[in-house]
Amino acid sequence: MEYFLQQLINGVTLGSIYGLIAIGYTMVYGIIGMINFAHGDVFMVGGFAAVIAIIAIGVTGNGAIAFTILALLLVVIIAMIIASAYNWTIERVAYRPLRGSFRLAPLISAIGMSIVLQEFVRVAQGGRPKPLQPIVEGGVVLMRRAVSEGEFVVQLSYMQMLIVITTLVLMVIFTALITRTSLGRAQRSCEQDMKMAALLGIDVDRTISITFVMGAALAAVAGLMFFLYYGVTDFFVGFNAGVKAFTAAVLGGIGSLPGAMLGGIILGLIEVFWSAYFSVEYKDVAAFAMLAVVLIFLPQGILGKPEVEKV
Amino acid sequence: MAGAPKSNQISAVAKTLDPAAMAKDLLFTAILSLVILGPIVGLKTVPATGSLALEQRWGTVLVLVGIVVVGRLIFHLIAARRPASRAKAAKPAGPGVDVGKYLAPILLIIALALPFIASLAPSQERRLVDLAILMMTYVMLGWGLNVVVGLAGLLDLGYVAFYAVGAYSYALLSTRYLPQWFGDGILPWAFFVTLPIAGMLAALWGLILGFPVLRLRGDYLAIVTLAFGEIIRIILTNWINFTGGPAGIDAIPRPWFFGHPFDDSANGFAALFGIESKPIQRIIYLYYIILALALVTNFVTMKLRRLPIGRAWEALREDEIACRSLGINTTNTKLTAFAIGAMFAGFAGSFFATRQGFISPESFNFMESATILAIVVLGGLGSQIGVVAAAIVIVGFFEVFREMNFLKEILPEGTDPVQFRMLAVGGAMVMIMRWRPRGLITRRDPTVYLKEKKAVPTELVAQGHG
Repeated sequence: MEYFLQQLINGVTLGSIYGLIAIGYTMVYGIIGMINFAHGDVFMVGGFAAVIAIIAIGVTGNGAIAFTILALLLVVIIAMIIASAYNWTIERVAYRPLRGSFRLAPLISAIGMSIVLQEFVRVAQGGRPKPLQPIVEGGVVLMRRAVSEGEFVVQLSYMQMLIVITTLVLMVIFTALITRTSLGRAQRSCEQDMKMAALLGIDVDRTISITFVMGAALAAVAGLMFFLYYGVTDFFVGFNAGVKAFTAAVLGGIGSLPGAMLGGIILGLIEVFWSAYFSVEYKDVAAFAMLAVVLIFLPQGILGKPEVEKV
Repeated sequence: MAGAPKSNQISAVAKTLDPAAMAKDLLFTAILSLVILGPIVGLKTVPATGSLALEQRWGTVLVLVGIVVVGRLIFHLIAARRPASRAKAAKPAGPGVDVGKYLAPILLIIALALPFIASLAPSQERRLVDLAILMMTYVMLGWGLNVVVGLAGLLDLGYVAFYAVGAYSYALLSTRYLPQWFGDGILPWAFFVTLPIAGMLAALWGLILGFPVLRLRGDYLAIVTLAFGEIIRIILTNWINFTGGPAGIDAIPRPWFFGHPFDDSANGFAALFGIESKPIQRIIYLYYIILALALVTNFVTMKLRRLPIGRAWEALREDEIACRSLGINTTNTKLTAFAIGAMFAGFAGSFFATRQGFISPESFNFMESATILAIVVLGGLGSQIGVVAAAIVIVGFFEVFREMNFLKEILPEGTDPVQFRMLAVGGAMVMIMRWRPRGLITRRDPTVYLKEKKAVPTELVAQGHG
């Protein structure tokens, strides 16, 4: 029971990170119908930007709490700006000129872009993993099993709280943005019918750019949290995280914002429980196999609308 | 996507050279590239005691930002010179030069004669033939993937998985199972016995994977094949009892010349022909094996294109819904393309295992799949001769990068040009898609024609293939 509870906490935390990345996939897919294969690498770039900002500002776990919180806030803003600049440029350079090209062109271009980002960071920052001392330490002990039954402590760390709360807050903000603002209305209209939206005076190019920027900003937050949670990052983390987040987006129903979050959490739970009860080595196999299973049996996802094929 | 309004109309107006607008745009470019390059290039994280420190490299950033801004300026100047009405239809894209007709026989002759050409430079012979083997392996893989991506229009990002299946089939059979089942007497023939088995196993895996996922849309299929490639690699890494895990399998037997080993024994290849035994003979033999395998791949593909199944592939690539309405069984059609592509990868994998003598899961990562895909894309989806050109460019390019001394001089201390190679490959994929989506070789011959053979004009083909 205690072990189960601990894994549940870990799974939800990991799932929140996946969910944040998945939102970027789902929004872009919803609006232009392409898989932004480079999104996982934008997440990685966001993480690197955060690492650099943390060192440059000099955030450590030892300072006053108020200072740490303010500094992390600054770090997250810097990471968001940088990741957004990346994703905006990627859309402008690699995807926009390909609208109306043949079906596989944007995806191939996205794969190329993904390689470019990975290799660029590897060349610029070196291939070795970047470890850092933990910044947010400690936690709350929720449950304790007696020593006589084999001691086990269920702990909810402050970092996990931070991740889940940040994710929740961002979800609320983004849902409001999509459902309540004129920007969100523009996005939803482009999603339904781009040509008609353009006829009604919506700047489609701008709306798509903003979608990429929003996705990147969330991915940057995820990048920072991933780094703080694991204490290490490297140029290749975007690949696995990207595929898993895409799985989460498909699982939840591609195009649906709450679906991405739900899919992320389900995937996080599957991965954590698989590692806890079966084998750590094959946790990625579980996640990747999940993708195939979902696409075959539930292609529209949990919260998605069934796709109508138009001739 | 199809209904996206083009921004061409707007940019056509801006194309008249307006210094103020241009200066604004250049300033924006400079700021953007500073944001993008500044932190990641300018501040390098280096390990320090117990933590990380930053190393500042603002000089490099300034140079790079300068390059971007100057590039943008040149782009503006070129754009302004062009007449604003330059629409795509203004210059009708002709059928293209029929390079294949003349180039293919020349390339074939060069390929056949290559070991003899190489022997003219004895000091470089080994290196040249090795490079040729590497190129030929990629040509074969490219041709195999071309069946799946170029002809059937299915984007397969896990192609390397079938390559791995072929390689491990040969390695496991030849080192473990064949001697166990048939005794050591089988070893001289192990390669030729195993080659078809490896191909069939790879094709079988293609069927197993393809059957459930081929109903999916193109881009979903791509991600599932990517996931499958990773699953295979993870299993190879972790199933230590069977595959040897990360340590891989070594001492894989080299192929024999129809029962004659390449050594100076009485039964050896050299003794058979009464010549002096040299290590290069085995390398040349390997070269001819891969050349033969690649030519078989090409021959089979070209023949299949003319059969109903090949025509169904191309029809499927152009319009799946139309295919279904015409009564083509799309699942079976895709499945055959997938399995045949996988089979060629299996053959190539066996060859890889016997050439290296050692394999490990690390040889079969996603970057390998991406390189093969880049070769197909760069050459022009569906073009056989294009794959050859692209394989020569990409593999040769890697070698040239290694040799470029002048680059080492302009680059800062400690930078090795080789590390930019995948960066260049990725960049090439983006640029090809943007400016030349039909690849280096744009001409495609129609598979069937009535009375008169004409090349297909670009405009008539939906997906940029032909």
